[in-house]
Amino acid sequence: MFLEMEELENNLIVKLKGELDHHSSEDIRKKIDAYFSTSSTSNIVMDLNELTFMDSSGVGLIMGRYRSAQEKNGYLIIACDKERIVRILDMSGLLKIIKLYPNLDTAIRNI
Amino acid sequence: MDKNYMKLEFLSKSANESFARVVVAAFASQLDPTLEELSDIKTAVSEAVTNAIIHGYEYGEGVIIIEAFIVDNLINITIRDSGKGIKNIEEAMEPFYTSKPDLERSGMGFTVMETFMDSLVVESSEGKGTVVRMTKEIKNLSDEER
Ligand SMILES: Nc1ncnc2c1ncn2[C@@H]1O[C@H](COP(=O)(O)OP(=O)(O)OP(=O)(O)O)[C@@H](O)[C@H]1O
Ligand SMILES: [Mg+2]
Repeated sequence: MFLEMEELENNLIVKLKGELDHHSSEDIRKKIDAYFSTSSTSNIVMDLNELTFMDSSGVGLIMGRYRSAQEKNGYLIIACDKERIVRILDMSGLLKIIKLYPNLDTAIRNI
Repeated sequence: MDKNYMKLEFLSKSANESFARVVVAAFASQLDPTLEELSDIKTAVSEAVTNAIIHGYEYGEGVIIIEAFIVDNLINITIRDSGKGIKNIEEAMEPFYTSKPDLERSGMGFTVMETFMDSLVVESSEGKGTVVRMTKEIKNLSDEER
């Protein structure tokens, strides 16, 4: 599991690569929280297009970061066009509250 | 009738989640599944193993046993723990039900297993453990249908 974070204006861009399961999500959560809690950004953009696997632990991770952004009066959006991952996000009701864009460029343009 | 069988036993460590789903997927590969079918199996196994670690053993040390049977083009997967068990199985299987919302669980595990597999049966007894049984038929699509 590989994580890349970068600030762009008021947004923390989080790129996830590899397999997001319960095991990897624990570490990823700590790293995002450590960064975001001391960052001046208030929105999170999650790029899931390079994930090769995600189960319900990923849903929990995204839900939790959605709340952290809310606490800073910001919001979280997702960039992903991988059918499998979108299907799990949709099943879990996340897409009712979180905006989804096919890729990072479109997501950033629509912030 | 073509038959095959495998059994895998491992400690309830989260580092074993990916190992477990990859082993089952590798075993299922002899049925020549599509990538989609393989991902379905991997995801369902990952959910059940994660549940055994988080809920069954509550992060303590225990043994998880996976058995898989193949009969013709049907794969039958059993994931077993000897952990705390489930008091109310019906409630546990409801979408969005979780006993651990504080751990950022979404309550989607059983729903994911049900959606990605053809059948799901859960047996459990409090203090003794939980058995999750799932089956999936591998469709044997021709190259054009894939
Ligand atoms: N192996 C198990 N042993 C004991 N309890 C279990 C086991 N598997 C599931 N449960 C119970 O069933 C509930 C629902 O499980 P499910 O996988 O659907 O959701 P979750 O694990 O809570 O959340 P998520 O899977 O979305 O992270 C759990 O919260 C837990 O109470
Ligand atoms: Mg679960």
